[in-house]
Amino acid sequence: MTLDSIDRRLIAATATGLPLVVDPYAEIGRRLDLPESEVIDRLSALQARGIVRRIAIAPNHYALGMTANGMSVWDVDDDVVDDLGAIVGALPFVSHCYRRPRHRPDWCYNLFAMLHGGSRDEVEAKRREVAALLGDACRANEILYSTRILKKTGMRLTGVG
Amino acid sequence: MSRAALAPGMIDETDRKILNALQEGFPLSPRPFAAAAAPLGLTEDGLITRIARLREIGAITRFGPFYDAEAMGGAFCLCAMEVPEGRFDAVVTLVNDMPEVAHNYERAHRLNMWFVLACEKPEGIEAAARRIEGATKLQVRCFPKEREYFIGFRIRA
Repeated sequence: MTLDSIDRRLIAATATGLPLVVDPYAEIGRRLDLPESEVIDRLSALQARGIVRRIAIAPNHYALGMTANGMSVWDVDDDVVDDLGAIVGALPFVSHCYRRPRHRPDWCYNLFAMLHGGSRDEVEAKRREVAALLGDACRANEILYSTRILKKTGMRLTGVG
Repeated sequence: MSRAALAPGMIDETDRKILNALQEGFPLSPRPFAAAAAPLGLTEDGLITRIARLREIGAITRFGPFYDAEAMGGAFCLCAMEVPEGRFDAVVTLVNDMPEVAHNYERAHRLNMWFVLACEKPEGIEAAARRIEGATKLQVRCFPKEREYFIGFRIRA
């Protein structure tokens, strides 16, 4: 995927979000000395390429009461993991869902899904829901709760200037 | 980002409607707030004012384009280590000192330290993992994304 220097400036200019003015794309254009139509066309092209996933609001799920979460991990048959992963990922309480390599014999899990809920009990209920959904295709599962944030930094985009 | 729940009454029904609707997407057009406000029964200015307030009180973590960090050329990898309890704090310092370590969580498991490596190039991941092994004398297990599934995550506000 290649981005030209204008794309990179556009990404940098929207790194903290859209300005809250009636014409936010024109406002970004004014900052970058670009016409509004080019800002819109470029964002649209970036969206078509999957670099912009979506333009939307991300509610703070903690603020809205979804204060519990756990990283659930599942040992799912390789033949069906992609079909089932797609189903698990689409659940409204799953925020990340990936297939990752096993590290046998210590780690047999190949499907990772971050589960969210209003409480630890609710997260456990969702884990049971996922287990029921996976059925016999899943041999084992665990859930790893975080006990401490040790480091959290924003993603830095280098090469912007 | 605050990890505390908002006090009851901080947001009303209209705020909830906004949060629910704009999670799904925001228009990419010259007057996007006007377009988004109409189906919610709000004015353009009314919607802007409410979003500004929701951001101020911490009900929103982000409003705007969501970028795929990998599509932009970065490389990321989830990694885990089994850290002996007596060395945990010392290992935290060594691992967190690495600029490639973006997030790091303690988790209740035998593999008790989980972190994300973020590098400009894919080759950087392996090198960073080996450097952490060298510094800590502990094995770093890498869990690269083999496949990412579509995410349907939504908060019912």
